[in-house]
Amino acid sequence: MRLSSKVTTLLILAAVIAIAPVFFPSSYYFRVGSLIFVNGLAVTGLVILIGYAGQISLGHAGFAGIGAYACALAPVHLGLHPALAALLGALLSAAIAYLVGRPILRLKGYYLAVASLGFGILVSMVLSNEAQLTGGPDGMAVPELGLRAVLKAIGIDLSNTEFWYAFSGLVLVIGAWLALNLYHSPTGRALRALHGSEVAARTVGVDVAHYKLVAFVISAVYASVSGSLLALQNKFITPDVAGFMHSIEMVTMTVLGGAGSVLGAILGAAILTTLPQVLTIFQEYEQLMLGLVMMLVMIFMREGLLPSIARRIRGRAE
Amino acid sequence: MKFALTTTALALILAAPALADIKIGATISETGPASFLGDPEAKTLKLLVEEINAAGGVNGEKLELVIYDDGGDPNKARTFATRLVEDDEVVAVIGGTTTGTSMAIIPVFEDAEVPFISLAGAIEIIDPVKPYTFKTPHTDRMACAKIFEDMKKNAITKIGMISGSDGFGASMHKQCLSIVGDYGIEVLADETYGPTDADMTPQLTNIKGKEGIQAVLNPGFGQGPAIVTRNYAQLAVGLPLYQSHGVASDGFIELAGAEAAEGVRLPGTALLVAKLLPESDPQRAVVTAYKDAYEKATGKPVSTFGGYAHDALRILVDAITRAGSAEPSDIRDAIEATKGLVGTTGTVTMTAEDHLGLDLSAFRMLQIEKGGWKIVE
Repeated sequence: MRLSSKVTTLLILAAVIAIAPVFFPSSYYFRVGSLIFVNGLAVTGLVILIGYAGQISLGHAGFAGIGAYACALAPVHLGLHPALAALLGALLSAAIAYLVGRPILRLKGYYLAVASLGFGILVSMVLSNEAQLTGGPDGMAVPELGLRAVLKAIGIDLSNTEFWYAFSGLVLVIGAWLALNLYHSPTGRALRALHGSEVAARTVGVDVAHYKLVAFVISAVYASVSGSLLALQNKFITPDVAGFMHSIEMVTMTVLGGAGSVLGAILGAAILTTLPQVLTIFQEYEQLMLGLVMMLVMIFMREGLLPSIARRIRGRAE
Repeated sequence: MKFALTTTALALILAAPALADIKIGATISETGPASFLGDPEAKTLKLLVEEINAAGGVNGEKLELVIYDDGGDPNKARTFATRLVEDDEVVAVIGGTTTGTSMAIIPVFEDAEVPFISLAGAIEIIDPVKPYTFKTPHTDRMACAKIFEDMKKNAITKIGMISGSDGFGASMHKQCLSIVGDYGIEVLADETYGPTDADMTPQLTNIKGKEGIQAVLNPGFGQGPAIVTRNYAQLAVGLPLYQSHGVASDGFIELAGAEAAEGVRLPGTALLVAKLLPESDPQRAVVTAYKDAYEKATGKPVSTFGGYAHDALRILVDAITRAGSAEPSDIRDAIEATKGLVGTTGTVTMTAEDHLGLDLSAFRMLQIEKGGWKIVE
């Protein structure tokens, strides 16, 4: 029996998440792992936007910021449970993505990238400047999710880092499952069609503007949930989460690993999240190294790391 | 047999702890937007640890410093903090260059029960008091109090404020407004500017036009206050201008120009005026020694920020010495019992309710005269 690529991807992902802790020498690695999953989730959303629909956004950290600050603000001002606050953040992100997306998705190529960039910077400016609400550049505290205490009550006692490793790993697998399902759905096919050629897609009856907007809204929700997870895990949030560099990082991770492949993009997130930890002695050259890696991948592996390597292996096997 | 011997030997080498070094950690923003704070801090820590080890270490054990550069990113700082506690297993941590990074990593140390000495300004770090969290820089509120005291002495009761909207400016603005009433001073004009603005003439013109203002206060950081000072001189406002401790450095006079900066007052630390301190000053010996060592090692002028790191390490080493132990909980108790320790920012005496341990005497009121500093007290 041959497994579908969807099932294989999910199995690989789940297996890696479940088995990796065996090799962790200390619980610090759980922290790095959970960061990879949080970034991986945002990047999975970008696979839908960049990989499936072929649209570029340089402002997705803005949605991560909305998700993160929803978790910080809603419990304080609306008395919501942090989990509901994350949901509210996702809804808000979707609504904003819809409103912002309608006009800016009419733009193409560089113009779309620049417009989305402007949106991201706007969010981060609001978060920095509305100090009486958001605590300004110094950030603000985020309440405890409380799920760990529930688990403890039923006999599963996890340390903070272990819990967040498991929880964000689970959310990532769900996120990847949804994204892979979308790929094979009619919407996914429509997205891929407009990626190939907008004119051709329109000719065969695909509502191009509508489907672009769908991809933008879905990817915004992914980014928002990833921001919420980060905020709840760190229990403290600053406007950096919505910063320009964070947007760039997300896109870099996606493109590095392979924008067309969920597993590839998550691999990209894994590499770029671990790299600064491995290269602590080269901190000053980190950006330089990232740029170099990026250029090499763009020149020699245009589809991204994983798809290129997979093709090469398959080519050799045949 | 030979194989067994080699593996045993290898296992022994790997298992043996790297002698009984005392491992302390630091996460500092050496690069990124806060590097002008973090760079002297990191240099200071490295320099002092070397110095201490050359003099025989602490309680006969060598200090080992594990230092990471978080680039000013709170999320990165959080990861490095976890790494320091879980992977490097340090006994205490210095760092958190900015308020953002400090606040982001406090939960890690409180959970792991490892003492943490922050190098950031905001009062939120130690108020409310958290058992394992300490800090060395004076708070913005203390700087405000020092400035208002000086205004009161000079019979100034009506002022204008122009603040930066960055983290430092916004925080100090808030703290100043919260205590200004206690000094019988009224704020008649309250203007702000963005951290990258290149001209503050409009805001200053507004302030100048307000009837009855006797002095202007500029809580800010970086290049903003230098521009304010220059514009202030160009507009010939003619009222006393107060700057904050955020710009207490020689670089500020250079940036603003000696002519425009003439007569500007600000609260600064003893470190800035090391050579001007009277012989009888208790801080003189400490600040002169640090200044000379730093300037000799790096070839750069000493900064207040490096002084924060200096004090943090001194407090830590003093605590480990008194505790006679390198257990995190013993170190914590000893830090809290710090008494009369003379640092660059002042004389530190901590209590269970005060994890900063400085009073207003830590600040000196300084005035810029002919491109140099003068103590006015």
